[in-house]
Amino acid sequence: MWRAAALAVAGLRPRLGHRLLSAAAAQAVPSPNQQPEVFYNQVRPPRQLGPNPRFVLGDWRAQGGKAWVALGLSIPIFINNEWHDAVSKKTFPTVNPSTGEIICQVAEGDKEDVDRAVKAARAAFQLGSPWRRMDASERGRLLHRLADLIERDRTYLATLETLDNGKPYVISYLVDLDMVVKCLRYYAGWADKYHGKTIPIDGDFFSYTRHEPVGVCGQIIPWNFPLLMQAWKLGPALATGNVVVMKVAEQTPLTALYVANLIKEKNDMVLADFPQAGFPPGVVNIIPGFGPTAGAAIASHKDVDKVAFTGSTEVGRLIQVAAGSSNLKRVTLELGGKSPNIIMSDADMDWAVEQAHFALFFNQGQCCCAGSRTFVQEDVYNEFVERSVTRARSRVVGNPFDSRTEQGPQVDETQFKKILGYIKSGKEEGAKLLCGGGAAADRGYFIQPTVFGDVQDGMTIAKEEIFGPVMQILKFKTIEEVVGRANNSKYGLAAAVFTKDLDKANYLSQALQAGTVWVNCYDVFGAQTPFGGYKMSGNGRELGEYGLQAYTEVKTVSMVLSPVLLDSTRVYP
Amino acid sequence: NQIAEPVTCVPEAKPEMSTPGKPDLPAPLSNLKFQYTKIFINNEWHNSVSGKKFPVFNPATEEKLCEVEEGDKEDVNKAVKAARQAFQIGSPWRTMDASERGRLIYKLADLIERDRLLLATMESMNGGKLFSSAYLMDLGGCIKTLRYCAGWADKVQGRTIPIGKQLWETTSSGMEIFFLIQDMNLLWNFPLVMLIWKIGPALSCGNTVVVKPAEQTPLTALHVASLIKEAGFPPGVVNIVPGYGPTAGAAISSHMDIDKVAFTGSTEVGKMIKEAAGKSNLKRVTLELGGKSPCIVFADADLDVAVEFAHMGLFYHQGQCCIAASRLFVEESIYDEFVRRSVERAKKYVLGNPLTPGVNQGPQIDKEQYEKILGLIESGKKEGAKLECGGGPWGNKGYFIQPTVFSNVTDEMRIAKEEIFGPVQQIMKFKSLDDVIKRANNTLYGLSAGIFTKDLDKAVTVSAALQAGTVWVNCYSVVSAQCPFGGFKMSGNGREL
Repeated sequence: MWRAAALAVAGLRPRLGHRLLSAAAAQAVPSPNQQPEVFYNQVRPPRQLGPNPRFVLGDWRAQGGKAWVALGLSIPIFINNEWHDAVSKKTFPTVNPSTGEIICQVAEGDKEDVDRAVKAARAAFQLGSPWRRMDASERGRLLHRLADLIERDRTYLATLETLDNGKPYVISYLVDLDMVVKCLRYYAGWADKYHGKTIPIDGDFFSYTRHEPVGVCGQIIPWNFPLLMQAWKLGPALATGNVVVMKVAEQTPLTALYVANLIKEKNDMVLADFPQAGFPPGVVNIIPGFGPTAGAAIASHKDVDKVAFTGSTEVGRLIQVAAGSSNLKRVTLELGGKSPNIIMSDADMDWAVEQAHFALFFNQGQCCCAGSRTFVQEDVYNEFVERSVTRARSRVVGNPFDSRTEQGPQVDETQFKKILGYIKSGKEEGAKLLCGGGAAADRGYFIQPTVFGDVQDGMTIAKEEIFGPVMQILKFKTIEEVVGRANNSKYGLAAAVFTKDLDKANYLSQALQAGTVWVNCYDVFGAQTPFGGYKMSGNGRELGEYGLQAYTEVKTVSMVLSPVLLDSTRVYP
Repeated sequence: NQIAEPVTCVPEAKPEMSTPGKPDLPAPLSNLKFQYTKIFINNEWHNSVSGKKFPVFNPATEEKLCEVEEGDKEDVNKAVKAARQAFQIGSPWRTMDASERGRLIYKLADLIERDRLLLATMESMNGGKLFSSAYLMDLGGCIKTLRYCAGWADKVQGRTIPIGKQLWETTSSGMEIFFLIQDMNLLWNFPLVMLIWKIGPALSCGNTVVVKPAEQTPLTALHVASLIKEAGFPPGVVNIVPGYGPTAGAAISSHMDIDKVAFTGSTEVGKMIKEAAGKSNLKRVTLELGGKSPCIVFADADLDVAVEFAHMGLFYHQGQCCIAASRLFVEESIYDEFVRRSVERAKKYVLGNPLTPGVNQGPQIDKEQYEKILGLIESGKKEGAKLECGGGPWGNKGYFIQPTVFSNVTDEMRIAKEEIFGPVQQIMKFKSLDDVIKRANNTLYGLSAGIFTKDLDKAVTVSAALQAGTVWVNCYSVVSAQCPFGGFKMSGNGREL
């Protein structure tokens, strides 16, 4: 799906037929308002108000429709279907990475706010609560409806995502929002289909399993795909009947908090069998805040039953440690990667170059599964490098609201500086800088598309996750050699193989230690297929039916059958 | 022969599909037009090739509602051609993402919900079904079933199978999707629900279908056809050919270019369908047929609950349910009391036009059924069963039958063996667990069964021993989209839902 959108953006005709283009990619992208208003506690963007209505905060309708421009007000925390300031009253700014300017202030959640949210979630999870007594099919209905509301506000959400994250608006609209809606609808369907089994246990017993929700789930999501990561987390958790305390990334809190509006939006469906008005209070709670404070509070909370984290491997370890030292909460982690992308000499060269470029540069290089070690077989190496550099040079960097733009800014100054540091280390350690290598603009966090050739396995840029538009191309001779080198990493998130040879494709897809292997494609995601990491790229899987396991406890119920009655009926089949 | 004045009856336990809240019941539409009366092929409306039409009646008044185009072999051929065309490799339907199929089915559910009042009114007028049942139960069930099936569209997964020992032995992955043209013949007792049970799973898995609704009740199916078009299904994916069994139905079951036939109806016709499938092209066959379902009430059961469920299990929709609890086995020690309460319950009935509020029993579907039921009642009297109440027709027009209860019924009587499909309850006596299991299973049928007891051991033991596709414990007629449904023995082949 990402590929389809990338192709659309690159103006390339997909060569594997029209099916590659999703329905969304075929539709027109409405033009965004580049200066969207930011608000909460209402469900539709207010109309343009006055001469400088740039950021409207507060309850617009409660103010009789009068806009008030932000003056010391901030986007609050969402707990129990209500809006709260942080207990500490602290706020933090969220920044537009294209300009470095502050968009608005956001309440800074901390331990006390997490405590409040966990309390609300726990209350919503009590046996006999509306959420616990709701039919599974009705939970599915609510998720489906949330997808409908997100679809209704798709243009606005895509705009806000681009404003806060910097990714090109066309991608936000076609890729992120499309996948968000599909993910929620997919898990809506699972709500009444993930069932237990009856089991032929030995002896005179009757045994069955129940799939029960785990309980209060802490979910900590990253800034690279803010809305999509929210959907990946909420979909399976809510389908299986859990309650959620979500911490959104401090860089990109705005879209997730807008979705909070939709979660509580009153139900105007003409739905007969549907007494609920939106999700019951406390089922979803969303806290903007920082990792070391709010994130840590979730990971070490005694009354959180499970924590799901997507982010860096370094923080993933802290989460696992905190879970161990607190209450042994269940942990799923989706962490970093240094994914190998292997180009065999028999591959279709045009396709492989384009896909390898996309594998690394998509989303400004800010993908955990980025193809950041491109292994190219010796006899095609020079040609591949040359064409990759040409492609990188043609990459359009600029205003993410411009429909021609392929690459926007990095998410913030920290990332920006970190990436430039890696580029410097690459040069120092002897890799060959073929293009790019520096900042791409004098304001905002733009970095030139950068390609390194002659990269050696021992170099920092070949081992560490850069999370930026910096491509490393490495040379290999034999298939056995490349398997060894590709697997010689602490990570194991994804891998790809480009070849026309079925045997090579089969051999490599089995030999590579990675949670996902793409053959002749890259970044192909669907809500139906699981995603997650081997080794230090994570624990557990998200998406697909597999994604439901992390959100269910399996309960075995065994009951004794009366031997007396059984004897008397044993003559009957 | 008039039943006493209306008495409002509030069942203490409602044997209904469980929903957390019921919508308010609106008044039925008063000025219903029958807009769709033609054959639906390729998302277009066609006259029958023969030019023939057949009349459709309101069984409560015996008045003709409208005439519908009568499909026959040639019309079936046209429909199959359209369905085959829509099923070609590379067609929009075959290349559609599975999740997109799910979207379309979901949309269809939304449209049916939009037209819920119209469809419920139509179902009530054409099928003699209580309007409240049609609106709450039938339409509610349809919408939920479609939404359930919509979710499966991208979740019926193949498996990869480790067949070899070597590290890189190839794995084979199979799409467990039936890519078939299905044909369906539908029964008239739950016209819409049956339609949805058939098309929901079929469309979810990517099939194309040719549906023959029952000649008695084609109208709601044709309205849904218009919604299928509105939802955006490609032409030819769903085709609906109203007509009669021996002509249009037979043409379907013996057609050489139909890959599968699904039939809901009588066991007698089910046998013919399977034969025709064997003689023609070995098409796959699923059948959901008749029953003579046992309902067993032990002495330790909660008597109020048991009487109510047993009563609803038989009398719901004028007894016209394949799952009807038509052999009620009651343990000796509570037998007399159980019969007394059951008769009292049956006497509370208000018969009348099913659109009228307060009425709780409508007419039988047509004259043929009406006469068949009266004949079986006569046989019960002759063979020595004790008529406790009812036992004859009701009213001057329409096919109404009095709620009838027989006690002292013995296993060899016709009313204890044959499917009556009418408001006639048979109550038998049993002594031991052993005895009742033997007798309950001693039938050609095996569709469903009920057990009423507070004893967990009895519940688990008897539910294992009964030969039936569904066993309800301390309830009856609980059907929902999530649970499979179908028959053992001659009650059918395969499972639905």
